[in-house]
Amino acid sequence: MAVLVVADHTNAALGEATAKTVAAAQKLGGDIDILVAGQGARPAADAAAKLAGVRKVLLAESDALGHQLAEAVTDTVVSLAGGYDAILIPATSAGKNYSPRIAAKLDVNQITDVIEVVSPDTFVRPIYAGNALETVQSSDAKKVITVRPTAFKPVADGGSAPVETVAAAPAAGREAGFVGEEVVKSDRPELAGAKIVVSGGRAMGSAEEFHRVIEPLADKLGAAVGASRAAVDAGYAPNDYQVGQTGKVVAPDLYIAVGISGAIQHLAGMKDSKVIVAINKDADAPIFQVADYGIVGDYKTVVPELMAALG
Amino acid sequence: MKVLVPVKRVIDYNVKVRVKPDQTGVDLANVKMSMNPFDEIATEEAVRMKEKGVATEVIAVSIGPVQAQETIRTALAMGADRGILIQTDVDVDPLAVAKLLKAVIAEENPDLVVMGKQAIDGDNNAVGQMLAALLDWPQATFASKIEVADGKASVTREIDGGLQTLEVSLPAVITADLRLNEPRYASLPNIMKAKKKEIAIKTAADYGVDVASKLKVLKVTEPPKRSAGVKVENAAELVAKLKTEAGVL
Ligand SMILES: Cc1cc2nc3c(=O)[nH]c(=O)nc-3n(C[C@H](O)[C@H](O)[C@H](O)COP(=O)(O)OP(=O)(O)OC[C@H]3O[C@@H](n4cnc5c(N)ncnc54)[C@H](O)[C@@H]3O)c2cc1C
Ligand SMILES: Nc1ncnc2c1ncn2[C@@H]1O[C@H](COP(=O)(O)O)[C@@H](O)[C@H]1O
Repeated sequence: MAVLVVADHTNAALGEATAKTVAAAQKLGGDIDILVAGQGARPAADAAAKLAGVRKVLLAESDALGHQLAEAVTDTVVSLAGGYDAILIPATSAGKNYSPRIAAKLDVNQITDVIEVVSPDTFVRPIYAGNALETVQSSDAKKVITVRPTAFKPVADGGSAPVETVAAAPAAGREAGFVGEEVVKSDRPELAGAKIVVSGGRAMGSAEEFHRVIEPLADKLGAAVGASRAAVDAGYAPNDYQVGQTGKVVAPDLYIAVGISGAIQHLAGMKDSKVIVAINKDADAPIFQVADYGIVGDYKTVVPELMAALG
Repeated sequence: MKVLVPVKRVIDYNVKVRVKPDQTGVDLANVKMSMNPFDEIATEEAVRMKEKGVATEVIAVSIGPVQAQETIRTALAMGADRGILIQTDVDVDPLAVAKLLKAVIAEENPDLVVMGKQAIDGDNNAVGQMLAALLDWPQATFASKIEVADGKASVTREIDGGLQTLEVSLPAVITADLRLNEPRYASLPNIMKAKKKEIAIKTAADYGVDVASKLKVLKVTEPPKRSAGVKVENAAELVAKLKTEAGVL
């Protein structure tokens, strides 16, 4: 058995989802290699080489891989696929983009968003916004699996795997061209892996209010900032803050929902948090059905009091 | 320009899903079904392309039971021109859906496929990328803005940390994210008009695609339940409990 993990990374750094995906790979058993497909991605490859239990790291570089364009990543992974029984990809926004393309090129189904490895061919995955869990058995010879990072504890550092350079597959088919990117760098922890998350909802009413209320609370707690779909749609918070079925899945030690009603689509993204706190003026809001601690009240008074109580 | 929009009939997003006691699946008897919300967004986008004169024809395709005709009718009422139903009672998995769509594309030769990023039942987020792979077409997923001109589409995509812009030459596959547009409600006259539009009924066998899945569902279970906790009086009490009882601060 040999498993290839496709790394989540930003060229300069390895994403936390990679170590969690390696943990899932260990449950499959066998040798584990990590592919870092990027450009100027040596730092990410060196970080991957330090993960415990990795046989080797493969580094493939090209301009198209630098932007993780789906066509380029797919062709490179497919060119390496012959040596592996399973390909594991973190279910991050980049991984979700290219993984199904890889699966289809290999003529297999993707096993999506795996939260538990039952055996090398049997997996558990959430469906219907996490309202049901499906146990599936795959009879495909080669498995392409996306791993839900929040469901696995990251493997520790301590390894020293060799880094081997491999060729990026040449552009073969018709490919999308990269035009540009607007990416905001934040000093806050990454939402998907943060220990504490503070999320704001429609109740904020404006982007200014979101900044004024949610961000200082998050900063006081060293937390990442999240949002409901309603807050994102209304432009109070950026797209990638959306927590939920069709946004990010988070499972921090502490999740604080401020002015969020708790629609099933939102719960799908945060109900595996260790401790949930809800602040909502409606005592019947569904969020209280999953909250460990709830405060019924207007966030305009509760959040300042909370800031004061935190000292 | 001809645009193809695959639309799936799924459980309505407002319905609370229940797992069947025998663990064979979820209970779909007598529950409200609707068009997958992301496919409404895709349909809206295609119809707007037609209204702007960029697209000439919009074809809605669904793979599903006979009732999926209603889903196609919804697309027709929104402004799609005609529909194709590939009728099957099998729960067709994403790879087979992509193969069927590829076969439809071989007959219809559309210039663009606009579809949802994710069906909210299986939550796979896979068919669009798979279809692009099978066709060897460029893909642009999670679109929040699409501009088509001169045989190309400029697509703004939602990525971690912000937005990315790609240019794809047509034909291409684009998948819609939530912020692409706000789908319209079909007007009564348009619902009436849609009744006269054509829906071709086909089977998977017509396209020579085997829809038997290599993924076997062993069981479907309830997720662990979270129970409601306590209401606290004020912020001071909350902080105390988070520190001592929960140990997370
Ligand atoms: C296809 C699809 C996908 C979706 N995906 C997602 C997703 O990934 N993530 C997601 O979050 N949603 C998603 N949704 C949307 C979801 O159904 C809800 O509409 C959304 O989560 C509601 O956001 P909200 O809780 O902020 O707003 P609302 O439901 O409007 O709730 C606002 C809450 O704020 C409270 N409030 C108001 N004023 C105050 C105040 N002054 N102080 C305290 N509390 C106050 C109200 O009591 C209310 O409970 C999706 C929907 C669809 C159809
Ligand atoms: N049975 C189906 N019929 C038509 N379109 C489908 C079907 N299944 C999936 N799709 C399309 O593929 C998209 C992604 O679905 P999925 O990969 O299953 O999450 C959906 O938003 C639809 O546009």
